[in-house]
Amino acid sequence: MPAKKPKLAVFKFASCDGCQLSLLDAEDELLPVAGAVEIANFPEASRRVLRGPYDIGLVEGSITTPHDVERIRHIRKECKVLITIGACATAGGIQALRNWKDVKEFTRLVYASPEHISTLDRSMPVGSYVHVDFELRGCPINKYQLLEVVNAYLNKRKPNIPAHSLCIDCKTKGNICVMVAKGTPCLGPVTQVGCGAICPSFNRGCYGCFGPMENPNPASLSKQLKELEMGNHDIMLLFRGFNAYAEAFRKESDAHEK
Amino acid sequence: MVIIGFTHFDELLSALRKRDYTVIGPVARDGAIALDVILSASDLPKGCHDEQQPGSYFLRHEEDEAIFGYVVGPQSWKKYLYPPRLKLFSAKREGKGFEIVSDSATPSPKYAFLGVRPCEIGAIKINDSVFDGGQYSDARYVSTRKDACVIAVNCTRPAGNCFCVSMNTGPRATHAFDLALTEICENGTHHFVVDVGSELGQSILEDVTHRQAEKNEIERALDLLSTSAAGMCKSLETEGLPQLLNDNYEHPEWDDVAKRCLACANCTMVCPTCFCSTVDDITDLTGDHAERWRRWDSCFTSDFTKIAGGNIRMSTRTRYRQWMMHKLAHWHDQFGTSGCVGCGRCITWCPVGIDITHEAQHIRETSISTINS
Repeated sequence: MPAKKPKLAVFKFASCDGCQLSLLDAEDELLPVAGAVEIANFPEASRRVLRGPYDIGLVEGSITTPHDVERIRHIRKECKVLITIGACATAGGIQALRNWKDVKEFTRLVYASPEHISTLDRSMPVGSYVHVDFELRGCPINKYQLLEVVNAYLNKRKPNIPAHSLCIDCKTKGNICVMVAKGTPCLGPVTQVGCGAICPSFNRGCYGCFGPMENPNPASLSKQLKELEMGNHDIMLLFRGFNAYAEAFRKESDAHEK
Repeated sequence: MVIIGFTHFDELLSALRKRDYTVIGPVARDGAIALDVILSASDLPKGCHDEQQPGSYFLRHEEDEAIFGYVVGPQSWKKYLYPPRLKLFSAKREGKGFEIVSDSATPSPKYAFLGVRPCEIGAIKINDSVFDGGQYSDARYVSTRKDACVIAVNCTRPAGNCFCVSMNTGPRATHAFDLALTEICENGTHHFVVDVGSELGQSILEDVTHRQAEKNEIERALDLLSTSAAGMCKSLETEGLPQLLNDNYEHPEWDDVAKRCLACANCTMVCPTCFCSTVDDITDLTGDHAERWRRWDSCFTSDFTKIAGGNIRMSTRTRYRQWMMHKLAHWHDQFGTSGCVGCGRCITWCPVGIDITHEAQHIRETSISTINS
């Protein structure tokens, strides 16, 4: 009798769906994945929903409402292994920009009847509420990294997901450093690898989509950005992107806010 | 010494191709000098001159015809001698174990390296001692290196971060090349003064139009090289340096450099002698097929020193200290030479411009042992 296939479930919180779509975007690898796991809960792909418990839960999105908090606690109980995917789930996402403002003021401006809106003060990563077994970074995540994580789980091995700087990828690809050769501001030296160094490969600076690297030194990078004639406000904005609320980037942007 | 006129330079490339070499040389790309396949002299960066400072590189274009008017870019020959990513083998599941699939490693082409600078010859000699000098040798490195033809180019001007004179590696190549060229491009003259370094070099030369060099032509080349040596922008005092660093293991400078160091690993990536790698074992979803890939690693990453029970170098302070002390001190114990050849890449390509020569000099001037004695 063939071994029972592990049940995989995909859950969404405050997010754009881009990360979970990376799984559907796996193209050549999608059928082997569907063959190796039972897709038990993945509304973007199938109407069929199987009940828990699940072997692997992939969670996309940030926690922004009291209902989210209850739901993620329930999902945690349902999943043997919980993997968060993307900048929203691992750092709070772009919507965490509201963490610096008064969310009540926003609801008053946006909604005709703000009293019906139930929301938390801050957009937070899943890991702030429940234990997470593995965090897969990126805005969006890299589909090959997602496949690697699922693959490593299926083969009971450690995923090959490095946490070092983006610079190592640029150098191994043979990219010319945009910061050194062109003076282009780049977050690569403080950002975790994973995207394949897309922006510097096209002569742009890194936007930090994969969040802070393992032991980042944003203060030193900012000092150099000032040498490149970047002002405090622009440095603040540079760190306040998709991973704005990740601790290292948050502190650095705060340090440059008047 | 002989002279090859610029107009006959393409014959040199043809002579290499005739011998089945894939010619790798400098190209101008994205505002810097990179290394890539060279098909004709027109692929070489004409009129390009580099300006290097700590943390900055600028490629200036001028009207002159010089094709080697710059020094070293961020890449070095290690890109070809031990590539950044390399499949070591494939394996398939057999019963409870794995069987290695024969001939599954990436094959190595036969390279002619064109435009190898004297400091880079120093680096390749160091690579030789690392990969082929001890109890174990790296078969792929050894075969790529054995097959490689080295066409050196002497440096008639140093770049802003060069200190090869301190490290005794340049600006003139003295050994370990097949041909060494000194480009003379001035006052309507454009030719190469050529040193022959091997029988292979001699045989290649026979396929290229050349003539004996006049005494004044040789003197002019040597003049330019001595002016270049005298004009080195940086220096590193090597006298007693290994002991000095060992005595200053707890020097406050390590804390200071850690405030600036990004731990981004650029210095180790661009260094022509940094050789550390790690391996990734990957599988397909079924787990029946596996591959082992080697990729460049760096002593600045956390995984590098992660062992059972924890990480032995948690801070950037200890990682920078390890890198610099290995390069300038422990390398002597391990391989009998310094690990630094004075190319200046780590200074130029550090995004925040940390300068290894300044760090060493600062420690020398404020040595704990000196202060205590």
